[in-house]
Amino acid sequence: MKEVTLDAVVGEASKMKSDGQRLVALSCTQLDADNFDIIYTFDKELVLTNYRVTVPKGTNCPSISGVIFAALLVENEIQDQFGIMFDGLVLDFGRTLYLDEEITTIPMCNNAKAMTVKK
Amino acid sequence: MARTIIPFGPQHPVLPEPLHLKLVCEDEIVKEAIPALGYVHRGLEKLAEIRDFNQMIQIVERVCGICSMVHSLCYCQGIEEMMGVEVPERAKYLRTVWSELHRMHSHLLWLGLFADAFGFESLFMQFWRIRERIMDLNEATTGSRVIVSVNVVGGVRQDLTPEQCSWILTEVAQAEKEINSIQATMLEDYTVCKRTKGVATLTKEQAYELGAAGPMLRASGVSQDMRQLKYAAFHKIDFEPVVEYDGDCYARAKVRFREAQQSVDLVRAAISGMPQGDIAVPVKGNPEGEVITRVEQPRGECMYYMKGNGTKFLERVRIRTPTFANVPPLIAFMPGLELADVPVAVLSIDPCISCTER
Repeated sequence: MKEVTLDAVVGEASKMKSDGQRLVALSCTQLDADNFDIIYTFDKELVLTNYRVTVPKGTNCPSISGVIFAALLVENEIQDQFGIMFDGLVLDFGRTLYLDEEITTIPMCNNAKAMTVKK
Repeated sequence: MARTIIPFGPQHPVLPEPLHLKLVCEDEIVKEAIPALGYVHRGLEKLAEIRDFNQMIQIVERVCGICSMVHSLCYCQGIEEMMGVEVPERAKYLRTVWSELHRMHSHLLWLGLFADAFGFESLFMQFWRIRERIMDLNEATTGSRVIVSVNVVGGVRQDLTPEQCSWILTEVAQAEKEINSIQATMLEDYTVCKRTKGVATLTKEQAYELGAAGPMLRASGVSQDMRQLKYAAFHKIDFEPVVEYDGDCYARAKVRFREAQQSVDLVRAAISGMPQGDIAVPVKGNPEGEVITRVEQPRGECMYYMKGNGTKFLERVRIRTPTFANVPPLIAFMPGLELADVPVAVLSIDPCISCTER
């Protein structure tokens, strides 16, 4: 699986789109206490292409929703569940896609800590 | 022009699924639709940390009752791939039979609900009456009507006797006859056409770029169905995706109607080609590595990403369900709709919020 840097995420998404690939999913996993892993999965004629980016805790990830609108829901989901914030989301629920504002834990992080809901 | 924000759902007479839409309207025309989710989120993916990989089969079946068999099929296939398990051929055919029965009952359920959404109650009841035949088959062959729990890692836990196979063939033939008898009503009736043709149209390019999945994608002219990946017994069964080209609510209904008919043929083919032999193999060890696996649920493409670390607990189970993929297209085609068409348009994506929120 191809590894890309945070800076190259949007560029890779643009290339995929130009190549006629369809976004299938973003899959986020907590690697350890300080790092997360996001796998971007695309499909073209039933063949999957993936690329992976490692996101350090506390670092914002660039949103690909400006290039591929369909990414907006899954990026909002990752904001809710893993606390990774996406810069440039076309429709930003500010960590309230699934969660209520008074929820102060990050559900899918093992070392959950208080968070602030973005207004 | 009066601009109003109308809250649609999460409790609504025509939409049992707890989806909330903020509809920004000018007079009777929708200008913008903003979805709100989170009413039924259950955190099932998180349970992978405290349920071992065998127990997770029962968890993923509960992601969605209507697609339960297909969820566990996708999950088991992924684990089998990670562990290098070769499933017996008979088990693959049995999985195909039950997954196609699930597709039939899901499509018949949806066609009924869709008819109900535009006020055709007798048609709704006709579809649900036919669906009961399939539910009875599920109950008699697996012990449950909805969550059938037949898949295990390495195969299936139930076999079909020759008598049961013969009964299934009789029942699906009767169901096919009954579906055909209401084909003209569903696809040619003036009211149905008036309420669905040209409503909530998605072009081929839009459907593809917005990541639409399943009947929604195929109704817009894209010939893509995960059964073309030849999982289960589809490597031995001839299969062509059902495709329509208009991309509107009518086309989506037509795809599902034709797929319900097609499933009858696929059940026949799976039963007639089913070899004798074991239905499961013993599985030892724990899953390790990463895998992405996909199957075609009744609602569309379902993708599982799983990561194992050699223990009995998976590090991550990520489930991308078809309704999740179909929400961005929903947001895209809502502007311009008349308010009265909103229930029909929303139902046309076959929303399953239970799947979407997992």
